[in-house]
Amino acid sequence: MQAVLDALAEQVRTAAQSARALRPRGGGSKDFYGNELAGEPLDTRAYAGIVSYEPSELVITARCGTPLAELERALAEKGQMLPFEPPHFGADATLGGCVAAGLSGPRRASAGAVRDFVLGTRLLDGRGRVLGFGGEVMKNVAGYDVSRLLTGSLGTLGVILEASLKVLPRPALETTLRFEAPKDKAVEWMNQWAAKPLPISATCYLKGELAVRLSGAESAVRAARERLGGDEVARGEDFWADLREHAHPYFAAEAPLWRLSLPSTAAPLGLAGEELIEWGGALRWLAGAGDARAIREAAQRAGGHATLFRARDKSPGAFAPLAPVQAKLHRALKAVFDPAGIFSPGRMYPDL
Amino acid sequence: MGEAVPDTRIDTSRQAEVVRRLREFLPPHAVLFRDEDTRPYECDGLTAYRRAPMVVALPETDAQVRHVLQTCSALGVPVVPRGAGTGLSGGALPLADGVLLSMAKFMRTLRVDPVARLAVVQPGVRNAAISDLVAPFGLYYAPDPSSQIACSIGGNVAENSGGVHCLKYGLTVHNVMRVRGYTIDGEPVDFGGEALDAPGYDLLALAIGSEGLLAVTTEVTVKLLPKPQLARVVMASFDDVETAGKAVAAVIAAGIVPAGLEMMDKPATHAVEQFVHAGYDLEAAAILLCESDGTPEEVGEEIARVKQVLTDAGATRMTVSRDEAERLRFWSGRKAAFPAVGRISPDYYCMDGTIPRRRLGEILTFIGEMEKKYGLRCPNVFHAGDGNLHPLILYDANEPDQLHRTEQFAREVLEKCVEVGGTITGEHGVGVEKIDQMCTQFGRDELETFHAVKHAFDPAGLLNPGKAVPTLARCAEYRGMHVHGGQLPFPELPRF
Repeated sequence: MQAVLDALAEQVRTAAQSARALRPRGGGSKDFYGNELAGEPLDTRAYAGIVSYEPSELVITARCGTPLAELERALAEKGQMLPFEPPHFGADATLGGCVAAGLSGPRRASAGAVRDFVLGTRLLDGRGRVLGFGGEVMKNVAGYDVSRLLTGSLGTLGVILEASLKVLPRPALETTLRFEAPKDKAVEWMNQWAAKPLPISATCYLKGELAVRLSGAESAVRAARERLGGDEVARGEDFWADLREHAHPYFAAEAPLWRLSLPSTAAPLGLAGEELIEWGGALRWLAGAGDARAIREAAQRAGGHATLFRARDKSPGAFAPLAPVQAKLHRALKAVFDPAGIFSPGRMYPDL
Repeated sequence: MGEAVPDTRIDTSRQAEVVRRLREFLPPHAVLFRDEDTRPYECDGLTAYRRAPMVVALPETDAQVRHVLQTCSALGVPVVPRGAGTGLSGGALPLADGVLLSMAKFMRTLRVDPVARLAVVQPGVRNAAISDLVAPFGLYYAPDPSSQIACSIGGNVAENSGGVHCLKYGLTVHNVMRVRGYTIDGEPVDFGGEALDAPGYDLLALAIGSEGLLAVTTEVTVKLLPKPQLARVVMASFDDVETAGKAVAAVIAAGIVPAGLEMMDKPATHAVEQFVHAGYDLEAAAILLCESDGTPEEVGEEIARVKQVLTDAGATRMTVSRDEAERLRFWSGRKAAFPAVGRISPDYYCMDGTIPRRRLGEILTFIGEMEKKYGLRCPNVFHAGDGNLHPLILYDANEPDQLHRTEQFAREVLEKCVEVGGTITGEHGVGVEKIDQMCTQFGRDELETFHAVKHAFDPAGLLNPGKAVPTLARCAEYRGMHVHGGQLPFPELPRF
């Protein structure tokens, strides 16, 4: 593995000297995400393998090229899981891509996001140096929390070589309930139920139907099912897997797909296009060809932001623009890790 | 420790100038500089370090904070932010040429939204006050550091504070949605938001636990959780510490994530029992407190499983709390561990290393050896669920050499924590206290990166300088003096 690492570091140093752009890339399953791709792919797949996994520590450490599916299989064998339920978006998804994209799945609202479970990372920075941040323990406040800064940085700060993640036991029982409700009522219920000690692990609203997943100890799931009512759905696990992977028919639409991250209680924005709501109201997908500026402004007014998630035309910019102070801090941090500006230029913001 | 406080002289003409400039927009009572007025600010919870600040500023509004920062920036005066002053690593230790910026007057709750389950508070609001305030809605704020009745949420953000329920509910970083404040230039910054994520880099995560080196917090939005219907705690006795450590691993391996999982050794239970009468088993070499929360059905199911696992793991006695009063009594001893130890020893020094749980036995054996080597006692309380150790070295600062031996003892233990794959600080922060041990945990390149991150926010290095991240020169000197677990290079040479 050292030889693979040395070769990666050498490519980075060479690129930095000649100011040539590089784009860290695993399986390429998230190539669609962010702005237009630039730079020569830096293939991370050879730097693979689980480095350590101690189920009683609830921690797994693996190299970036490790297929996400392999990692999840290893956890499942021990009755554990990645609590943030990451979307793969393709059979080739790797751990590195999962951390760099920072995308979480249906369990996000109850369990937390990728960043909440990243305990440590090793990074190949823009000078070709290997840096270690955080570690394999749950509580660690030595040094700035660079590992969480790297999570979701889309390969713009360096190559995330290795990550240590907190994992959790799989719930003993999961079941899915379905309710009929108009949109505003569904959002109201999602928020009301989230304020009660109920074992809700995922929610999804689409076209008058609200699906709710319960996860936990058998007794707790049974009690909640009785309390909430609704109809039990057969093969609920397939529904949530399709939702997570965007294999659900909703995501087959041709129209641009927007991802609106909003306060969970935000009133329906009334934008043109079909809406699918997850995360207890905090994540709202919008498939529609509406005006990008109007969508962004509506999201901002509601206290959130809008990402142009999948679209042929990314000219409005994939991500909501940053306030000037934020943008300045982003540029300054980029320069810390990637002084020559070689990593994934423009993928997140044009000047990053 | 003590030696890290070199300059304590105050330049009085500089002081007069800073006071004059601050009084242009702050009322006289909000700018303190006389010795008797600044003395209460000379230390935080780490009392072994003391130094009077040149000036104390007590702003009451955002605009005043901004103005203080702009003024200090313009004058090139360093600023040390301070919350409730309960920090245990000297993060709020003042500077003799600096302004101590006390956020104590930022005590207001700005908004509680029980439906969205969040509260927007000023940084001086106490941790426990948030849970008290939202209790009528059946909600609470999860992180519960032992100092929660006194510590402020602003300080929790600075240190990324934990508590006894972190394994299941996370640290400050998992429970704060937004931090607003100002950079040292007085520019307003807004990290995170009321949605579950924000565009761009995760600056919220970077700000949390940054020990006041990146920005000054003026507003915090915390996430509130529904209060579990029921919580019960199992108290289990073990006749040796290592067996108790293995029982902890067995609980986790059985797929149980307890709400809290704490361990105390015999010297700690003895100290505590005299103080709070929690009902601990004084014969046991170690006790475990294992809490389960949730619906009554869930708790019943989990407690039965926990009892089975602990029995199989060799527990010699077990008691399950029968009601809330008893549960709180079992916890009262754990939460009072530090003050209890403070009663049996003139001084104590609290460590905060974290280790992978499976190395617990090894660390405890090592601590036992260090007790003999340095001739100092060291009871242990331990957030066993997340591997966070709080060994408490007992010493008497009035006895010559005891503080020095304590420091050497602590240094060896923290370096051992790093050696077994852990960290020098789990939740108390580096501050001034563990700054040398940072040289053990991180290499030159990481430290350089930390300095560069700081520079990105604070190019002039005026915000809480000298804390959290050691200079490279300091590390070179430190590494030169201490190599290989306390073995000095060329041990045959005489030293003084």
